[in-house]
Amino acid sequence: MSSTAAAAGHIDHHHDATTTTGIPHKKLFMWAFLASDCMFFGSLIATHLIYRLHPPVGTIDPRDIFSIELTSGSTFVLLMSSLLMALSVNSIQKGNVVTTRKMLLGTIVFGLIFLGGQVYEFNHFVKVGGLTLSNDVFGSTFYTLTGTHGTHVAIGVLWLVLMYIRTFKPADDSAGQGWILRGLFHFLTFTALVVFGMYTLLALIHAFEMGHGFGYYFSHHLPSFTGSLALLGGLFWFAKPRGAVDFGEANAIDVESMGLYWHFVDIVWIVIFPVVYLLEYVVLP
Amino acid sequence: MDQSLTKNEFIGHEERAPEARRSWLFTRPDHKTGIVSWLTTVDHKRIGFLYGISALFFFLVGGAEALMIRLQLAVPNNDFISAQTYNEMFTMHATTMIFLAVMPLSAAFFNYIMPLQIGARDVAFPRLNGFAYWLFLAGAIILNVGFFVKSGLPDMGWFGYAPLTSTAFSSEFAGDMSTDLWVMGLQVLGVSSVIGSLNFIVTIINMRAPGLTMMRLPVFTWMTLFTAFLIILSFPAITIALVEVMMDRNFGTFFFEVSGGGLPILWQHLFWVFGHPEVYILILPAMGIISEILPCFSRKPLFGYPIVVFSGAVIGLLGFGVWSHHMFTTGMGTVATAAFTLATMAIAVPTGVKIFNWIGTLWQGNLMMRTPMMFALGFVWMFMMGGFSGIMHSAAPADAQQQDSYFVVAHFHYVLIGGSIFALLAGIHYWFPLMFGRKVSEFWGKLSFWVIFAGFNITFFPLHFVGLNGMPRRTFTYDGNMGWNSINMIATIGAFILGIGIAVYFAVMIYTYFKGEKIKRDPWDGRTLEWSIPNPPPHHNFDVTPQVHARDAFWYEKHHQAEIDAEKAKVAAEDEAHGGIHMPSNSWFPVITAIGMLTGSLFFCNDNFIGAIGGLVIVFFGAWMWSVEGPGGYHLHPTKEGSDDADAQH
Repeated sequence: MSSTAAAAGHIDHHHDATTTTGIPHKKLFMWAFLASDCMFFGSLIATHLIYRLHPPVGTIDPRDIFSIELTSGSTFVLLMSSLLMALSVNSIQKGNVVTTRKMLLGTIVFGLIFLGGQVYEFNHFVKVGGLTLSNDVFGSTFYTLTGTHGTHVAIGVLWLVLMYIRTFKPADDSAGQGWILRGLFHFLTFTALVVFGMYTLLALIHAFEMGHGFGYYFSHHLPSFTGSLALLGGLFWFAKPRGAVDFGEANAIDVESMGLYWHFVDIVWIVIFPVVYLLEYVVLP
Repeated sequence: MDQSLTKNEFIGHEERAPEARRSWLFTRPDHKTGIVSWLTTVDHKRIGFLYGISALFFFLVGGAEALMIRLQLAVPNNDFISAQTYNEMFTMHATTMIFLAVMPLSAAFFNYIMPLQIGARDVAFPRLNGFAYWLFLAGAIILNVGFFVKSGLPDMGWFGYAPLTSTAFSSEFAGDMSTDLWVMGLQVLGVSSVIGSLNFIVTIINMRAPGLTMMRLPVFTWMTLFTAFLIILSFPAITIALVEVMMDRNFGTFFFEVSGGGLPILWQHLFWVFGHPEVYILILPAMGIISEILPCFSRKPLFGYPIVVFSGAVIGLLGFGVWSHHMFTTGMGTVATAAFTLATMAIAVPTGVKIFNWIGTLWQGNLMMRTPMMFALGFVWMFMMGGFSGIMHSAAPADAQQQDSYFVVAHFHYVLIGGSIFALLAGIHYWFPLMFGRKVSEFWGKLSFWVIFAGFNITFFPLHFVGLNGMPRRTFTYDGNMGWNSINMIATIGAFILGIGIAVYFAVMIYTYFKGEKIKRDPWDGRTLEWSIPNPPPHHNFDVTPQVHARDAFWYEKHHQAEIDAEKAKVAAEDEAHGGIHMPSNSWFPVITAIGMLTGSLFFCNDNFIGAIGGLVIVFFGAWMWSVEGPGGYHLHPTKEGSDDADAQH
């Protein structure tokens, strides 16, 4: 239960002697849930495809609004987040909490970049492409499908953040439950950073896109920029070492179950990206 | 009441986990009696009981709705209830009976019996199990809110065909939320069913007693497993369909909106991709119960065990490939129609195999005609009749004549009442002695069987004819010159006889619960593990984890007493060496999280999005506290039964 490397290698991560099959309950649960989720996304993707095969007259041509470069980029980032997720599972199985934290943070950042890309894309489609939920059935199915996937990613990010905060639970239980309150503030700081940080980055990108440069940016967005820096500092303060933690090799199954979910959501995107985006460019004879 | 459900006092002693310094908020409740013990329970037997009581309540509600329908149809041009009320009644009758009566009653047996049959002390995720129940109750409340508010009950049929669910057709006034309540209610029930089923899957695969290989599982447990897989794989389809309806109603999308290019037929496909497996979700548990009862009262092992299990799997699998037989008259084209006809006919094969195996079990058996056996035999016969009319529907040309007529109504009531309900009533009789330690009187049990049997057939057999003569379903009245008058009157009389039979059945159950004859353990001379424990079962189920050596595990134990005793002593010593029996602690957070879902959904139906977010905050808070509250758990040290030594070795 400690974070020291001495405890490493004491747990067989591929066989749980307390269950009939040797598969931990949580892992089996997650596999069964993912089977269920396959049908969930299957129904949504089927709906989208049916309406692409039977488009109403005068429907929008998706090729006019898609930006394959942007979506390819965020797809790549999402896939790489799966690599970091796998590395965090790997490091917690070896009892290495510090690396686990870094990898969790990396997964969170990559997941957020993907979500940011989706926010940007939706915004672009509505404002520039003129595609909304309720002016075209393509908009209905597209936003519902990709939005549901985005919701899954967001839930994954939330789970990752909660797991990250969980790694700071002190091993010494006699100190009371103060860590839960600290964890709550940790969580709030993290959430605020995500919101302000995303705003800051998007504003920065926007400033450069418009050719305004740093001076213009700082004169207009100084509060959000400094606020983000302060929140980032807060995150460092929360991450300060405070003695042994009650998180280690024994929690590998929790991280692994979360990882299964995260990989699954990525795999769903591997289906959605070709089917929803790339297929539009295939010209049938 | 608490005492007779689960015997809380057991011989031996209980050891609390060493207290860490925790505030009350993070300390798990340990009430053994009283209302708090029920609200916070994680005991699979209590949760099963809660499911059962709720299901029976809604069974009576759905029955009352059915009687309203039959009263309205008793005579031509009747105006007992208005067309609008009639629509609400048939919508809620079907929704209630399927989602709030048969499914939870099956879930009651899954919860109560399945862990006992596999020799487990609880399910894999006890708190999640409680959550599934409270979520079920939340969904049931949302569906039935219409009784008490201006919007009224949902009125577009349990199938909710588009475009009947669109705002244009289903909203009588601005803010009419009857359809929204139906959408959210089913959505919450779906989450509950999927969570419960995931739990059962993990429990059956991962928590079997040593030696209990898959091919030694009791058939009821097998059917629980198949049903759970059907639920997790079919419910997502209706979840998505309902999300799409919700998007259409609340956010102006065009999924089923013809004006925007939507295709209403898509709803039918999505609905029946769920809806047909749902039919097997209703019948497979019943088949499992029957496969337990027939061998027990025939004094023979189940005939063809592997093929019965395999047939269950094949039924479940084929069940995903036949949904369009509900849509033969929509003009799918000849190829699709032929394919779905063939697939549907193919399902008759594994079903027939099961029927023959049950007959094989009865064949040359030493039949004991007790009440559960009567219901079970009634099941085999009535279910078979429903199956025959089902095969008639599978032929698309014949179905084109029968579609939406009372012939279909007769068919599915034969498989759902004659099938599911008969088996569930049989199961209640069969396991009642185990659950409560009392036995229903044979006279009253058999009397209720015959009244139910007669009433059921008087109601539904004549409906075949009136259906073939063209009487349409879901129409609130008919003209007197159609030649349907006498049959409808007979059916209404039959419905009341059926109602009286059900009333007798439950009156006898309630009487037996309080005053019935007390009996010793294993009254039917059973062969599965649930009969090896005292009745009512102790909180921890098994003093010693059973070791399974044969398919009919308890039967083997009875015939190898010396060997089993020695083995049990050994296992008990090992358990003690590992610190005794570990039991999970109660928790408040399943019910709190479910309350968050309930309030959030109700606010959402009212288009009050602030309130809906408030509900989500409660859900998040509940889930957060759920994960950080103490791990809980405590150890039990049972001593040998019958000994008064309350404080044996530590």
